[in-house]
Amino acid sequence: MSIEIKVPAMGESVTEATVARWFKKEGESVKRDEPILELETDKVTVEVPAPADGSIESISVQAGSTVQVGTILGQIAEGKAGNVSATPASNPQAAAPKPAAPAPAAPKPAPQAVAQPLTPSSAAPVMPSVRRISEETGLNPASVAGSGRDGRVLKGDMLSALESRSAAPRPTVAAAPVQSGPRANAAREERVTMTRLRKTIALRLKESQNTAAQLTTFNEVDMTAVMALRSEYKDNFEKKHGVRLGFMGFFVKACIAALKDIPNVNAEIEGDDVVYKNYYDIGIAVSTEKGLVVPVVRDADRLSLAGIESAITDYGTRARDGKLKLEELQGGTFSITNGGVFGSLMSTPILNSPQSGILGMHKIQPRPMAIDGKVEIRPMMYLALSYDHRLVDGREAVTFLVRVKENIEDPERLLLDV
Amino acid sequence: MADSFDVVVIGGGPGGYNAAIRAGQLGLTSACIDKRGAFGGTCLNVGCIPSKALLHASHLYDEATSEFPKLGIKATVELDLPAMMAHKTKVVGELTRGVEFLLKKAKSEAIVGEAHIDAPGQVAVKLKDGSTRTIAAKNIVIATGSDVMAVPGVTVDEETIVSSTGALSLKSVPKRLLVVGGGYIGLELGSVWRRLGSEVIVVEFLDRITPGLDGEIGKNFQRILTKQGMKFQLSTKVVGVEKTSSGLSVTLEPAQGGAQTKIETDIVLVSIGRKAYTESLGLISVGVKLDGRGRVVTDAHYRSSAPGIWAIGDVREGAMLAHKAEDEAVACIENIAGKSGHVNYDAIPAVVYTAPEVASVGKTEEDLKAAGVQYKIGKFPFTANARAKTIAATDGFAKVIADAKTDRVLGVHILGANAGEMIAECALAIEFGASSEDIGRTSHPHPTLSEAIRQAAMGVEGWTMQM
Repeated sequence: MSIEIKVPAMGESVTEATVARWFKKEGESVKRDEPILELETDKVTVEVPAPADGSIESISVQAGSTVQVGTILGQIAEGKAGNVSATPASNPQAAAPKPAAPAPAAPKPAPQAVAQPLTPSSAAPVMPSVRRISEETGLNPASVAGSGRDGRVLKGDMLSALESRSAAPRPTVAAAPVQSGPRANAAREERVTMTRLRKTIALRLKESQNTAAQLTTFNEVDMTAVMALRSEYKDNFEKKHGVRLGFMGFFVKACIAALKDIPNVNAEIEGDDVVYKNYYDIGIAVSTEKGLVVPVVRDADRLSLAGIESAITDYGTRARDGKLKLEELQGGTFSITNGGVFGSLMSTPILNSPQSGILGMHKIQPRPMAIDGKVEIRPMMYLALSYDHRLVDGREAVTFLVRVKENIEDPERLLLDV
Repeated sequence: MADSFDVVVIGGGPGGYNAAIRAGQLGLTSACIDKRGAFGGTCLNVGCIPSKALLHASHLYDEATSEFPKLGIKATVELDLPAMMAHKTKVVGELTRGVEFLLKKAKSEAIVGEAHIDAPGQVAVKLKDGSTRTIAAKNIVIATGSDVMAVPGVTVDEETIVSSTGALSLKSVPKRLLVVGGGYIGLELGSVWRRLGSEVIVVEFLDRITPGLDGEIGKNFQRILTKQGMKFQLSTKVVGVEKTSSGLSVTLEPAQGGAQTKIETDIVLVSIGRKAYTESLGLISVGVKLDGRGRVVTDAHYRSSAPGIWAIGDVREGAMLAHKAEDEAVACIENIAGKSGHVNYDAIPAVVYTAPEVASVGKTEEDLKAAGVQYKIGKFPFTANARAKTIAATDGFAKVIADAKTDRVLGVHILGANAGEMIAECALAIEFGASSEDIGRTSHPHPTLSEAIRQAAMGVEGWTMQM
């Protein structure tokens, strides 16, 4: 019996995805729940598991095509053990991709791997020369038609793809023809399709700027106390909780205390209403190779410092591996972003809509400070709070940031809740 | 014993017995008919295998006499030709019995007898006892191989005028051996007897030895063989051989015609090539078309012009090589079984088992020039290879030819020790469409002779590192 492989529901607001790649070929055996293909959505990549034991009977949508929730991706012949590996050479008819029932969109270059390095463990092994060219030029071999045995992409295929890429005429805008400059630069430029994640990031950020009345307020925080606390307890903490004691946990705690004092920062505007959130789901921005993602630490107010730290560590690891689940990226009442890890001294974060506040952390830098009339060198960090001025008043925003500063400079406050 | 089979293979050589084995694997009933009585065909009985046994033994003898002192070994070496021949016979016997075992394992019936195709689907076998057994066959695979090609005016008696078969079983080491034909068989057997003490002269009609091999390789190969003591007379044809009281008198004539000369020798080895063997099979009467050279004409799927009759190996076109026959056997049977068998003729290696060996796969420079293909070359001499130095085998070089534009490897040619073992890597590279860079970026163990291939591959794009 044949079972359809369908695009699964991928959570609220996700209706379409791109087929990133198939792990299995037609004729190959699969076990129930074994991942058989990867879909790339606006937010994450999702592995689609086999719905049953059997073998892949047909693949109707090739990598690069856009699909909707419920689209039939292919068929599984239930119970039939297929070939260990499909051998198109021995049976070309069966292995040739059949014309898809829902006509697949013109195959675009598979978007996900534009600059993704090819690790030796990649599902499809590539030849050494192909790997080099891919890494040097960003050309994804998956987007190149292979002329080698079993469709293998050869060095010559890559070279000719590069040649045609640089030779391709630049699309010109019909309405406003651009006067070409004195030099033709097409050969020295590279044009690649945006990944879905990048497109989403672009859309969301601009949406945020267009909607909210964004404003940023700054302050600075003396990290002496937190650093002292950390250096005193970090070994015990790590031994007991199995997770490193970082600064992020302190900031999450400090923000939650401040959010409780200034509820507007934890609220959002929905139509004509203001929705106050009596829970604290804190989004932590994580930078990955593919772009920025903001996984959410749920009910962070109820977590211990160790609980927060381990949640963040786990998200960080999985974000880099592309293993975050969609629901982990949704919701969130307030966000924290740390540009300091890259050395930023000051920045104005953009709100993660529809949230009303985002805290920007920055680099800790020793600076001379006037302490009790004397100059002392203190580890200082600038803090930024971007907020939606439609909902949050300047006084509230400044107070919020001062509260965060106080809680960090004087961590006992968190304990005493003052 | 069944008298009806899905596949009946005529010929028990590398093509035939592998066809029968593959048929068994794919669930087809099969029989393999061979008239020799010992399976394995020319290759195993009077070709590849016995010649390699003698080449190895004679090489050791030669090394012991000429190379050992240089390596600090003093030894007195004595030739025991009957024992050397016994080793050869033993190896051949073991391997032919091995083939019979393999046929049995594949549930293929081995039939000793002379086959004749009475009609498509029907084969008559004249058995050893004189009776005839008629077999019905859904498919008949002709794998009868090839036979020695004769020189007009020279009658092979396998005593003093021998073919490769006789040259493998000479009773004593001849003082003088004249080899007619500078192909791989003549050079291999000439090498055997030169090492054992014969004065060897090779007479070749063309202006070069080993036609078909890359020209540069051929030229260097000849230089090395000459240094070893083999003599060559190129652009010369043999017009007759006469028995004299002191041996044989061979009449030579320039290839373009001209004054004849005579040369005295003890043994003449005729090795000008082989021709497809199709005699007494009844092919013409059942509608199997032959080409101008007596070879069975087939399509790309090994189908002959008669329904249900197929052909593989030396009996059809292409290089007369055991492994080519073997590859065709697999492809042919897979086609019979409804699968899709295919042989990539650009990736079939060829080896000359002299010392040094010559091995090649893919296109030669001459092929590419003729086809107008732009190419680049990388070369690396074994004198610059560490392992070659340590084993005192620095003759020769590796040569990699790749497409000028795509860098795809089009041919690899190796003249050097162990070239035959190393060429498999290059065949794999060609089979999978590798570029010179792919070979250059593939780790090769140090110190080995195979590093020379890597360095030569690097040379295609000018990044040879160890020279």
